[in-house]
Amino acid sequence: MSKKILELQNIKREFVMGTEIVRALKGVSFDVMGGEFVTIMGSSGSGKTTLLNTLGCLDKPTEGTYLLDGVNIGGLNRNELARLRNRKIGFVFQSYNLLPRTSALENVELPLFYNIEISHEQRKQKAIKALEAVKLADRLDHMPNQLSGGQQQRVAIARALVNEPVMILADEATGNLDTRTSYEIMALIQELNQVQGKTIVFVTHEPDIAAFSSRTVTLRDGKVVKDTLNENVRSAKEALAALPPAEDY
Amino acid sequence: MNILNLIRIAFKALQRNKLRAFLTMLGVIIGVASVIAMVAIGQGSKQSIQSQLSSMGSNMITILPASNIAGGARLGGSTVQTLTIDDVKAIRKQAVNVSAISPAATSSGQSIFGALNWPTTIQGVSPSYLDIRKWDLKDGIPFSDEDVRASAKVCLLGQTVITNLFPNGENPVGKIIRFNNIPFQVIGVLVAKGQSSFGQDQDDVILAPYTTVQKRILATIYFRTIYASAISESASDDATDEITSILRKTHRLRTTDENDFQVRTMAELISALSSTSNLLTILLTAIAGISLIIGGIGIMNIMYVSVTERTREIGLRMSIGARGIDILMQFLIEAIMISITGGLIGVVLGITSAQLITYFLSWPTLVSESSIILSFAVCAFTGVFFGYYPAQKASRLDPIEALRYE
Ligand SMILES: Nc1ncnc2c1ncn2[C@@H]1O[C@H](COP(=O)(O)OP(=O)(O)O)[C@@H](O)[C@H]1O
Ligand SMILES: [Mg+2]
Repeated sequence: MSKKILELQNIKREFVMGTEIVRALKGVSFDVMGGEFVTIMGSSGSGKTTLLNTLGCLDKPTEGTYLLDGVNIGGLNRNELARLRNRKIGFVFQSYNLLPRTSALENVELPLFYNIEISHEQRKQKAIKALEAVKLADRLDHMPNQLSGGQQQRVAIARALVNEPVMILADEATGNLDTRTSYEIMALIQELNQVQGKTIVFVTHEPDIAAFSSRTVTLRDGKVVKDTLNENVRSAKEALAALPPAEDY
Repeated sequence: MNILNLIRIAFKALQRNKLRAFLTMLGVIIGVASVIAMVAIGQGSKQSIQSQLSSMGSNMITILPASNIAGGARLGGSTVQTLTIDDVKAIRKQAVNVSAISPAATSSGQSIFGALNWPTTIQGVSPSYLDIRKWDLKDGIPFSDEDVRASAKVCLLGQTVITNLFPNGENPVGKIIRFNNIPFQVIGVLVAKGQSSFGQDQDDVILAPYTTVQKRILATIYFRTIYASAISESASDDATDEITSILRKTHRLRTTDENDFQVRTMAELISALSSTSNLLTILLTAIAGISLIIGGIGIMNIMYVSVTERTREIGLRMSIGARGIDILMQFLIEAIMISITGGLIGVVLGITSAQLITYFLSWPTLVSESSIILSFAVCAFTGVFFGYYPAQKASRLDPIEALRYE
């Protein structure tokens, strides 16, 4: 039906800390098809972030091969990796990483500055469109400190979307948010996955978040210990509706 | 990544922290402003000395008796009397590079008119003295060669003398004043010349025929000074050589004897004073240049702090596709923007303070284009030079390390 977008073969990643060697990934292999929504689970320190950084071409594995969209990452230099990150990948972080004292619109525009094919006018239009997609069209000029956590994360998602990447990588993107806001974000992610067909790799350690995905890969000590398809994907929209109404203070 | 985008990014980054950007600029602003103001002071004083000296006559030559050695004891120049009217005549006749010559016999004394008196100096000169000094009459007539021959008791008054003897504004021409009790008829009034570059009041003087001063006041045949004009400024050196050889002959000096006179040209004096003020300019510029470098170090310092502070931002930019060169250029352009903006403000401030100095302290200043261009160039260079290392540090950060930075 769709092609393989990620191919991981025996990925190892070792960090040298003085005389000690930390083995964060000890031979990870799996594939991700285009259009999949994969969550990566595991306890703290199991190597989730390290794996995601590798998938996002921020980091190169010490060993093993990684093909992104059929391209072997091992053969690319720093600049080529930067280009890949810009065009094919959208990152969402736990701590949002928005630029302070910079409006939502300008934050979303940021990746387009590093894309030479985008003109000055296109940049603004695309950024507004991305913010509309995350339902923040009325917050264009707000600074990050004028936005709630959930809104800031939505700005970050808009920033990840703006260059129309094939894949969105999220690292504990709901880790700082309450349940309701988490579900709102997940509803948004599900929509991106189901309506726009974006491939999603979502790192989390919360099982109820994993329930929204179509597949869950579980890591322990740098190894894949479980890789299961989710038969009945939970709808974040419905879960949101089922929550008790927000209390008014 | 095109350069316009980088400039936009750098500009936005600076905008996010305007106060800090301004404080960083301050060093450069002060540096550039002080270079321009200091050079303006140096150049201004040089120019004013030069123009004052050339208003005295840039081709003027002064001949003085030398301090000569008598039995090992050096006597002061003025006590040695060697210059006579024969010297003047010999030079006038033989020196082709000399266009005018006048001896000067000087005496100080009391001038009196009516009930008023004033201590001043009388200069006994010949009519050509006025040409040599480029001095005009405001009123009346100069004395003539005939007055010199007759040792006539006529005189020309300087403005300071007039102010003190004729305070009510009456015309001195035709009046009889007394100098050391000798009556002189005032036949002319000199225009004001102001202070000399040595701070002397040039208008506090009475001019009379040298014969009159020599015979009636000093009772001497010697002159304290001989003034001459070279036919042109460039002929000053040739004229000096001629005068020297003529005077050695008239003074019957043997080849082994030292000169018993000295010949000074205005050109010499101008270049001596100019070199003093050049030195002043160099010193002031050096001090100001150092402050410019300190300003540059300030930029480097803040840029390093800024790179450290914005480590996460750098990590984020890399994660969304910035290359090392993009980050390097961003921080470099930030540094250059700071230094160039600071430089522009500094230029304006420098010119303004030079004008304020002239206005309030009445020091002459001359803002030179070269100092503006130079200090601006130095400060743009400072931005590149001191901005490069922090920018390079930023560009070499590892994206995951930078994203993990707390
Ligand atoms: N840059 C690094 N240098 C050294 N050790 C690291 C680095 N990044 C991760 N590690 C180590 O690798 C292991 C996995 O880390 P990480 O991928 O962040 O785990 P998770 O995201 O699942 O909590 C941990 O033991 C961590 O200490
Ligand atoms: Mg992690």
